[in-house]
Amino acid sequence: MTRANPIVPSLRALEVQGITRGSFILRSALAVGTVYGTGAISPYVQHAFAQRNQGDVEVLNFALTLELLEAAFYERALRLELSAPVREMAQTFGKHEREHVTALKETIDSLGGKPDEAPSFSFPIRNERSFLALAQELEETGVSAYNGAAGQIRSPEVLAAAGQIVQIEARHAAAIRSARGQAPAPRAFDRPLGMEEVLQATEPFLKT
Amino acid sequence: MPESRTNSRDREPASAMEDLARDPASRRRFLRMAGGGAASAFAVFLAACNDDDDDGGGAGRTGGGSRPDPDVANPGGVAANRDMGRDPKEGTSDLEILNYALSLENLETAFYAKVIDSGLFRGSQLALIRKFADNEREHRELLETTVEKLGGKPVAPKETTFPPGTAGEVLRLAAMIENAGAAAYLGQANRIRDKEVLAAALSIHSVEARHAATLNSLAGLPVTPEGSFALPLSMEEVLSTVQPFIDS
Repeated sequence: MTRANPIVPSLRALEVQGITRGSFILRSALAVGTVYGTGAISPYVQHAFAQRNQGDVEVLNFALTLELLEAAFYERALRLELSAPVREMAQTFGKHEREHVTALKETIDSLGGKPDEAPSFSFPIRNERSFLALAQELEETGVSAYNGAAGQIRSPEVLAAAGQIVQIEARHAAAIRSARGQAPAPRAFDRPLGMEEVLQATEPFLKT
Repeated sequence: MPESRTNSRDREPASAMEDLARDPASRRRFLRMAGGGAASAFAVFLAACNDDDDDGGGAGRTGGGSRPDPDVANPGGVAANRDMGRDPKEGTSDLEILNYALSLENLETAFYAKVIDSGLFRGSQLALIRKFADNEREHRELLETTVEKLGGKPVAPKETTFPPGTAGEVLRLAAMIENAGAAAYLGQANRIRDKEVLAAALSIHSVEARHAATLNSLAGLPVTPEGSFALPLSMEEVLSTVQPFIDS
């Protein structure tokens, strides 16, 4: 298909050029639609559309698991004896992570995907000190995970939302570092991490 | 911008965007819009029959007839501007974005040099400011190199003037500049075409966020003034924020 059927004027814009599988199916389906009416095409188009978003759903589910882990972590931390400022930090940051979870789930739903189930986690934290140390590790992983995954996101809307979240993770990381007496911005550039590396970093906290 | 304002989005809600910044419900709503964009893309697709996936430019992704005003360009609104009818990459280039970022890093570098010279800070605060200044210098160098690699001409630093003040006032000004810097990178993230340029911008964005969070703390402001989702600023908004410091 090189030219769209001029019966539907807007189809004129169609050209086959470096297309993805999803968009190829879409275009084929639309070409069918011009002949048989659009009612005939919607199941095909929906299928193709799901394919087109599959990559973003995968990245979003990856982010969702991280946020679930962080949310569970801060919730667990509140069972520890914490000084007032650290407790307040755990409460605020935990709330942020829960809102990230909600936003990611809604986005996955709206893309026609299925949000991953929350795994069970366990965290080796016994006191404020070990909480802050692990908090730093998890937030740093979060920053690097979003920065590393962003390049794979296709939808500009999803990329914008991921950016809105990663900035918060970075702010958390800086605040926790400061609370531990560490440099809040030790490097000029935050290192991106690949999915594999992130999964390795978070694997010890997954209950099997 | 009056000198007493440290963070316009924090203090003086004067626009729809600022209202949005303070209202978690509308924030959720626009995030939902951001996500829901894909669903409505289906309709847009049928209406316009233009695929945004492959041409990289997205020209013609304007189905549906309701084009938002490009001058209200604030991606954060992820809200206002994340209308599916518009590709955020339209009307810009990576070179333009890189030089824009470079002009902000130039400004930040000049600012920190003056703060260090002022003698207002000592000890651990001075060490922190020096570290942030070093970060900005490294950002500047990377951006200059990248502009040149893409065949462009790096924008030259401009003369700057910052209002004098007490240590507290200078910290608030620093916080304002860094919050705007972080919002500036966030505002451009989904307008960048090249993956390497995007990776570089993001690795800088989160460092600007660290600076902003730290300076907010020192200035007695919240670490995350916008709550769970940071808000981007458009080029126009950022430039009007920093304009008062640039000598004409």
